[in-house]
Amino acid sequence: MRHSTTVTIGPRTFRIGSDWRAPVDAVDALYRDYPAPASLIPDYTVRLEAAKFARRLIRPSVAICGDYTLPEAVPQSLAHGLISAEMAMNLQMALGERRFLLLHASSVEKGGKVLIMTGESGSGKSTLSALLASRGWRFMGDEFALIDPLTGDVCPFPRPISLKNEAIGVMRGMLPATRFGPLQADTAKGDICHLIPDDAAIAAMHNPAPPALILFPAYGLPCDIRPVGKSEAFVRLTQASTNYTALGEAGFDALARLVKNVPIGAIDYPDTDTALALVDELWAALP
Amino acid sequence: MGGTAMIDARLLTKTLSQPSYATRLDARGWTSLLTIAHAERLTASLAWRLEGLKVPPKAAAILAEAKASAEVGRTHALWEAEMARRALGPLGLPLILLKGTAFAAAGLDAARGRLIGDLDILVPRDWLNEVEAALLGAGWEWVKPDPYDDAYYRTHMHELPPLIHAARDRMIDVHHTILPLTARVKPDAAALIAGAVPLGDGLFTLSPPDMMIHAVAHLFADGDLNGGLRNLWDIDRLIREHGAVPNYWPQLIERARLHGLVPHVSRALRLSQHLFETPVDAFLAYEARKGDIFYMGRLLARNGWGQETRKIVRLAFYIRSHWLRMPPLMLAQHLWVKWRRG
Repeated sequence: MRHSTTVTIGPRTFRIGSDWRAPVDAVDALYRDYPAPASLIPDYTVRLEAAKFARRLIRPSVAICGDYTLPEAVPQSLAHGLISAEMAMNLQMALGERRFLLLHASSVEKGGKVLIMTGESGSGKSTLSALLASRGWRFMGDEFALIDPLTGDVCPFPRPISLKNEAIGVMRGMLPATRFGPLQADTAKGDICHLIPDDAAIAAMHNPAPPALILFPAYGLPCDIRPVGKSEAFVRLTQASTNYTALGEAGFDALARLVKNVPIGAIDYPDTDTALALVDELWAALP
Repeated sequence: MGGTAMIDARLLTKTLSQPSYATRLDARGWTSLLTIAHAERLTASLAWRLEGLKVPPKAAAILAEAKASAEVGRTHALWEAEMARRALGPLGLPLILLKGTAFAAAGLDAARGRLIGDLDILVPRDWLNEVEAALLGAGWEWVKPDPYDDAYYRTHMHELPPLIHAARDRMIDVHHTILPLTARVKPDAAALIAGAVPLGDGLFTLSPPDMMIHAVAHLFADGDLNGGLRNLWDIDRLIREHGAVPNYWPQLIERARLHGLVPHVSRALRLSQHLFETPVDAFLAYEARKGDIFYMGRLLARNGWGQETRKIVRLAFYIRSHWLRMPPLMLAQHLWVKWRRG
């Protein structure tokens, strides 16, 4: 491909090729604080290709391809090339990952123990992980929590946090401008802006830690804390996993161990301050 | 700039046939090799071939994961075969497995690292209605509820429209022969079924020569050679395992004649010999023909980024695949219907 770069996040290295320079430059800028790849052989190849040959120059549109490709994926505008690259990397993980059990979840660590937050889009798991990271927690990832079937630990995958709409303003008010990527307006999911994890999170991106608490947050409801039964949690986590079935027995064992050993609860919250107070309360109550 | 040297899938075929070739690769060579292997669905097959060789740690990890993943896939595939056996048991038919699941159930070398997608089975055409009803009763359902496609499959194809299991999300392809009914070549489906070999647990496979015949039919006559390297690798593995068995080659010649696929088998042997150094019967392989080079170009049309290359060659094979499948008037009608529906 004409332009390319390589980025390493935690245990995974991505090779990104593009028909255009702009998306590669944007990726390099967003990942400028990440150390250079330890291995020159990537785990995944991502390709940003002109949807049709003419689309390289005229109203350029980006087809998201790679080792794993969704045939029905809609080509994106070149103006959103960075989001295309991020989506393509997510797609490789979601469809291709076989070493770790992948949970669609955010994770943060404190005192050597990990809090996992999982929920649908809009539950606030990304924003909560960003807020907790600004209050002394180590950010481990906002998209995928990687569970190591061999150890049961959570492996960091600290990608830049993809903030959406109102969350952008909230975080911009709290953190220096240098921590933010370019604002990408009017995407399919509204406005998107990436928040680059802090140096400590990046420096520790190869250090896994054991899970200590799993929460199912839900935004927009009156404040509430509920216990979640083990079997209900198991089923909900299989749904939150992109590769549970593909991993077979290893996936079942990893998820069963996680659910068995780790306390699980659901929190409903009307605003982020309430959520943070609830997290503090539950975290303090851990044995 | 990340310019790609003029690399094609020969990097993969060379390494598969001579694994020590990999020890000469640098990081970029490994990256291309693994990307091409992935695109051709041969990473786990490659992993088995490279076992015991010293490879870079990252490549070793990728290969080990691919192997483990193929092993999980094998378990799933065999379970799916067992589910079909239970669903169809009451009909009293032998459950004849085809392709990947057959290799796995029979414990053949071709199954090592072989990714298995759908479950492919072969049943007598007279029994299609009963088989369909039994599968629908056991939780399988239609994938394509499109009337044109459905009617097309039933009238002209060698298999039922694909069914998917509602709970397990796995597809089954119920074949009644190994080539579309519209193809010019008409393999003898009754002979395939009559020659099937029991595996001892209620499952059957085709006889070794018929297994080869099906692999060849699958490679050439039924498609545009997309993913063809994987099919050719099946052929190499099958020949290496069965080729030394007494009488294999005379039987293969006899079956190739019976099914009308002699030129196809010959060409498959030549391509396999050329790309994988397969030891083939010189009489059956016959001598190189001009077209071979186009097939080779098509099979190897993949660059180090995993992209398909050689657009014109691919297009030619795509058109050819339809040409082989349908008489001209029917092809025109089919393309007209497909075009009108966008």
